[in-house]
Amino acid sequence: MAWTNKVMRVNLTEGKITEEPLNMEWAQQYLGQRGLATKYLVEEVDPTCDALGPDNKFIVTTGPLTGTMASTGGRYSVVTKSPLTGTVACSNSGGYFGAELKAAGWDMIIFEGKSPKPVYLYVHDDSVQLMDAGDIWGKSVWEADEILHKKHQDALIKIALVGRSAENGCLYSAVVNDLHRAAGRSGVGTVMASKNLKAVVARGTKGVGNIKDPMRFLQATEEGKRVLRENAVTGEGLPKYGTQVLMNVINESGAMPTRNMRETQFEGAHKISGEAMHEPRASDGQPNLTTNAACFGCTIACGRISTVDQGHFTIKNKPEYWKASGGLEYEAAWSLGSDNGVDDLDAITYANFVCNEDGIDPISFGATVAAAMELYEMGVITNEHTGGMAYNFGSAEALVHGVEMVAAGEGFGRDLALGSRRMCEKYGHPELSMTVKSQEFPAYDPRGIQGMGLAYATSNRGACHLRGYTVASEILGIPEKTDPLATEGKAELVKAFQDATAAFDSSGLCVFTSFAWTLDDVAPQLDAACEGGWTTEKLVELGERIWNMEREFNRLAGVTGKDDTLPKRLLEEAANAGPAQGKVNELGKMLPEYYKIRGWTADGVVTDETKQRLGL
Amino acid sequence: MLRALKLEPEKCTGCLQCEMACSYENEGVFNPSKSRIKVFMFHDTGRFAPYTCTQCDEAWCMHACPVEAIVVNETTGAKEVLEDTCVGCKVCTIACPFGTVNYNSASGKVVKCDLCGGDPWCAKACPTGAITYVDGDHTGLDRMRAWAQRSQPVEASFNTPASKDVSSYQRA
Repeated sequence: MAWTNKVMRVNLTEGKITEEPLNMEWAQQYLGQRGLATKYLVEEVDPTCDALGPDNKFIVTTGPLTGTMASTGGRYSVVTKSPLTGTVACSNSGGYFGAELKAAGWDMIIFEGKSPKPVYLYVHDDSVQLMDAGDIWGKSVWEADEILHKKHQDALIKIALVGRSAENGCLYSAVVNDLHRAAGRSGVGTVMASKNLKAVVARGTKGVGNIKDPMRFLQATEEGKRVLRENAVTGEGLPKYGTQVLMNVINESGAMPTRNMRETQFEGAHKISGEAMHEPRASDGQPNLTTNAACFGCTIACGRISTVDQGHFTIKNKPEYWKASGGLEYEAAWSLGSDNGVDDLDAITYANFVCNEDGIDPISFGATVAAAMELYEMGVITNEHTGGMAYNFGSAEALVHGVEMVAAGEGFGRDLALGSRRMCEKYGHPELSMTVKSQEFPAYDPRGIQGMGLAYATSNRGACHLRGYTVASEILGIPEKTDPLATEGKAELVKAFQDATAAFDSSGLCVFTSFAWTLDDVAPQLDAACEGGWTTEKLVELGERIWNMEREFNRLAGVTGKDDTLPKRLLEEAANAGPAQGKVNELGKMLPEYYKIRGWTADGVVTDETKQRLGL
Repeated sequence: MLRALKLEPEKCTGCLQCEMACSYENEGVFNPSKSRIKVFMFHDTGRFAPYTCTQCDEAWCMHACPVEAIVVNETTGAKEVLEDTCVGCKVCTIACPFGTVNYNSASGKVVKCDLCGGDPWCAKACPTGAITYVDGDHTGLDRMRAWAQRSQPVEASFNTPASKDVSSYQRA
């Protein structure tokens, strides 16, 4: 079996570490990673607890295929209750940390309580200990990573940690691993820091063995790689342009949220696109993109490594940023770029560097700056609030000012660190917050992609593209093309994407494979690795079970059907340009049907019958 | 024909499929820490480079071994470690200028690349062609071809029998 069958429980209050077997009965029902860790959370954490209090738990979890030769099999997730949304939080990351933790022999680490002083967890196979983090508390992710590598004199350790933003209570702080991969959304890093836990350091020399049927596994994973290689998106588009392949595509479709979602197309999109990252700069003749990079086990390699022009205003006198580092993904390019009206590629790349350096979710940060810019142009936020910086749309200087302030937890950064909803409320204009359940939107305007409106409204962690990416069908035609402006059939489409994604997220694989793979491609890989007869049908049911379990946690936490909505702007103000011009999102047409096919009441409550059917 | 592993760092993405394939073939477990090929990451310049034994003809490791535990596989040319003979003295790890022979504390023996008996798993697993297994006498062929292509004159040349026209040499 591809599980290690081992869970580490770390009581931070008492500084005690214990080992227990993985609950294999639950593993059959929830597989691993997102599903299984959420099951532990639901069983062990009171949904009404303070997300930043000692009663919340913080779970770091791998999937059964993490650390194996399956393409993209290097993922881990962080599962906890979110301080941003008050809902279940589950953020997923690649890089190398997850596979290293698995190779050390652990399926999952459950952190409980709160340490009396800053600590980090050091895991070297079976040798585990909590160590003093006094010297790295207050340091950025990049600084602390370097200090820990030096301290342990081991180039091969992999580290997941939080930066200064999380320590300062920014509500959308990420857990960053391998310097620039992140479990980014919903403030999971904020929870980690609230427990005085700075880092998890992993070194694994055991590897992943015990594959159920090794020959069949090698064949199945090889076949999976062939499918990825021969697919136009995973075989060509993503390696060459990364997720930034979408910038021009989405802009042309008129679903590019621009200037706090006032507009639906960005005139500067081509300047910050994946194509633009390849173009040599006029200033120094070098392109923004240095190379593409893979996460552990990934045969797609969509990751971007970028270098900013040394003469650019953002880094002119800062040699520490002259080197290559994690470049722009589409969501970050959108949030830092289009949503703020900024078309300076190097400026948004620098802002993205700082997000990685201090563990800030660039989606939530960028969208919060967009709201601040709108409030500034209305005269509600003034130079007095910002410390003299003009927050006009299009200002790269303001963007850079904002990200540095949030990273340091200073000045106007303290307002921005609240997130869009709380900041807009503070300034008396909650209607200008482009959020669902207090989480900021990603880069697809639901007026131009109707299904995404329903996906956002019903997402279990607030507005998010990674809970049901109907963009694949509505724009890219995967697995089949649907009309982005139509509402018919979208309820079913959203449900299918949500359930399938929950299964992908529980396996150890990356959801980006789903541009080419369906669960039919995943099932043979899982089934060869794990006991339990993993068929497509079983995975679909698993996904639905996870979705309903998360939904129930949220209901008990006080987040209910009334929160399944969108900001007024998207429901009442029509798109101003592009193919969707004149359209609003017609959520009202889709939501009742969605509840019905989910087997929920008209208020969006999971019925006893549905629970019974799914074994909840 | 003797074949050799050809490593092209510029094609490497750092996915570690090679390390998993190597460890699986040799140890029966997906375990990069036990791989005989290693991918190195140079974060600040955005570069990745796979590295392993190049199977020297006059192999330092082989000559240094006091018990003759490193022998040549006549078919593949690989320098292979005879596990039963190796005493784990590690002298070969000191002798190798490239660091590609390493001690395995679990077995008490040294390990190095043996070309998987002529079918190296790392090359099979590499998704980008950064590791290939090619004619050992011509590992530079692709690079030569690339430079040859660049050496063509900018002005298109026509395949006319110009060889007797001396002025064409002067133009070049």
